[in-house]
Amino acid sequence: MSEDLTHSPLGSLAYDPAPESASIAHLRASYGLFIDGEFTDPVAHEQFTSLNPANEEPLASVAQASSADVDRAVVAARRAYDNVWSKTTGAERSKYLFRIARLIQERSRELAVVETLDNGKPIRESRDVDIPLAAAHFFYYAGWADKLDFAGFGPNPQPLGVAGQIIPWNFPLLMAAWKLAPALAAGNTCVLKPAETTPLSALVLAEILQQADLPPGVVNIVTGDGSTGAALVDHPGVDKIAFTGSTEVGRMIQQRVASSHKHLTLELGGKGANIVFEDAPVDEMIEGIIDGIFFNQGHVCCAGSRLLVQESVADEVLRRLLRRVDQLRVGDPLDKNTDVGAINSAPQLARIKELTAYGEAEGATRYTSSCALPDKGYWFAPTVFADVAQSHRIAREEIFGPVLSVLTFRTPEEAVAKANNSNYGLACGVWSEKGSRTLWVAERLRAGVIWANTYNRFDPTSPFGGVRESGFGREGGRHGLEAYLNV
Amino acid sequence: MSERQEVRKTYKLLINGAFPRSESGRSYEVTSKKGTFLANVAQGSRKDVRDAVVAARSAQAKWWAQSAYNRGQVIYRLAEMAESRRDELAEHVALAEGRSAKDAQTRVSRSIDRIVWYAGWTDKIAQVLGSSNPVAGPFFNFSVPVPSGVVGVVAAQDSSLEGFVNAVFAPIAVGNTVVVIASELRPTPSILLGEMTATADFPAGVLNIVTGYTGEIAPTLAAHEDVDGLDLGGVANGFADELATSAAASIKRVLRAHEYDATSLRGLRAFVETSTVWHTIGQ
Repeated sequence: MSEDLTHSPLGSLAYDPAPESASIAHLRASYGLFIDGEFTDPVAHEQFTSLNPANEEPLASVAQASSADVDRAVVAARRAYDNVWSKTTGAERSKYLFRIARLIQERSRELAVVETLDNGKPIRESRDVDIPLAAAHFFYYAGWADKLDFAGFGPNPQPLGVAGQIIPWNFPLLMAAWKLAPALAAGNTCVLKPAETTPLSALVLAEILQQADLPPGVVNIVTGDGSTGAALVDHPGVDKIAFTGSTEVGRMIQQRVASSHKHLTLELGGKGANIVFEDAPVDEMIEGIIDGIFFNQGHVCCAGSRLLVQESVADEVLRRLLRRVDQLRVGDPLDKNTDVGAINSAPQLARIKELTAYGEAEGATRYTSSCALPDKGYWFAPTVFADVAQSHRIAREEIFGPVLSVLTFRTPEEAVAKANNSNYGLACGVWSEKGSRTLWVAERLRAGVIWANTYNRFDPTSPFGGVRESGFGREGGRHGLEAYLNV
Repeated sequence: MSERQEVRKTYKLLINGAFPRSESGRSYEVTSKKGTFLANVAQGSRKDVRDAVVAARSAQAKWWAQSAYNRGQVIYRLAEMAESRRDELAEHVALAEGRSAKDAQTRVSRSIDRIVWYAGWTDKIAQVLGSSNPVAGPFFNFSVPVPSGVVGVVAAQDSSLEGFVNAVFAPIAVGNTVVVIASELRPTPSILLGEMTATADFPAGVLNIVTGYTGEIAPTLAAHEDVDGLDLGGVANGFADELATSAAASIKRVLRAHEYDATSLRGLRAFVETSTVWHTIGQ
């Protein structure tokens, strides 16, 4: 079908490459840890390499923080909390955060390129979504720092102390912003652990914190693998753990802090149902389904990975959907025309391949985009499974890749029952022109976020987070402050 | 060699993003607290007030249509501009109010921080004043604060910068546009701040400043049919009663003299309306 579009009487309508320059990233060859306002000497640490998943070439070498390093970071955060940050008024904290927001805006192009290189996501997304939203989060929470009395938690709410924050690789800078901005606004100090495969934008953020003259120790950034995260979770000097990542790791963290004084919020996996009623606005709905599952290669905890279509329109929706999937441009993430970039890592690619193999084995019908994939790097062509049953692994487990499972329903009750038939409860979509029915469905969905006639919308003012095995606690909005206040 | 003479500024009105003299051609002499000559300031007329209201009205829909995030950035940008010109502001506050340099600097600091405070409110006021209402029936019912529209302000007479900042940016932060009559005897700090809005991406007409004799022009503002709210903070009691009575003809929201501080939302609440939506819920 793609040939219809690329070969016309006027000649080829294929896009010419429009690559962003990788040199804009200005990456250093190696990075130390960011502790107490300074970068440690990289030589002092064991190093690991952060790869560009689009071509498997090394980008920079990064320090593997040991438990001793984590201890130094927590001690620095505690000292900064006791001596400086807890004595800094909300109005002054506010101005630091506004500064950080502005600096992110100023360095947005550089950050977008760093993010795309390190993560593999299309530059269009890092440029238009990740980086602007990260700045917006700092801007929004900057405004809360001097207004905590009005946030609805009673007068003079107090911070928790030192927050340990562990973030995933799918939105590296944005997740750092989601964690740091509310924590700092509420008056906590932080130790942030970026994901092992995507540490670089957080290290650029560390430079930004220096430019903002944020007092030393208020934010510390320790890079490393799971053992670094475990050391942070177990550290007795930490008052709060905030984790975004898999349900499997979240469960482990909850068990590890269960008998401690530590506060905990978890933002975990999902298996979002995108529910399409027969009266849905067709063009918007098709784009919404595409965006819901192929945005960021499907590396999105709230991805609309289960499409529930009303039976009367199922054939038509599937036909249009497959046509659109075939038009997605997959390839160089730095190309401004790219829709779907690289899978973030080899292990993630292996997991996607494993689960999709189960999809076929269990009897679902597989459609794979005919797009060509690059020779080097980690790639997976956009894939749709039809004839999926609720018992299939691809309907129950989070694939975290560009893979959509299509199921059908007949009545609103059945749509709700199927949508809720999941251990997860992060996000759902509802597509219908009938507002009253959308609200009826929304009331019955067990999910933290419900999008109506849209999908994957994020805004700093809007609370985000899940129920059941998708975790607890909210990020964003007034509600997001609660995770960092002793209330 | 002769001594270099400074280039002195003409202090003008701010109407619809432009800096005109009064259409009347009049001006009046403004002195420092000590009585030394400061400037011949434009003596705004009733017509200037009416022109300013027209500008504010046409700007209001556009200002409110901008995202709250964007409005916050615009107001924050003004704080950035004011910080870089803080010495100039402080000099004028010191002259106008007869204060020590240090005291004036403190007041400028507080004024800038207050602008930052208001910048942060643009995208939060709905989260504090709004609500979802659990009505007894199959309805989704929610209330959101919306701006009153055009707000007329008679700024504080004594507090030439802080008073001005509070009275003007509270209504602007929640989506109103403003026509303000500046302090009659101490207008220069507010004129400076008005000039700074021109480099802060404020859409034309969001803030309009008229200088002049309060007694002459405030009644026009108070009685104007196209003004939705009136802040009489800078008017003495007897005259304020008169203006408030005149405002009643068009059912304006009226805010009488009060203290502004960061522990109260009174200024922010004064010129918002509550808009409630009922939406059915059902299959």
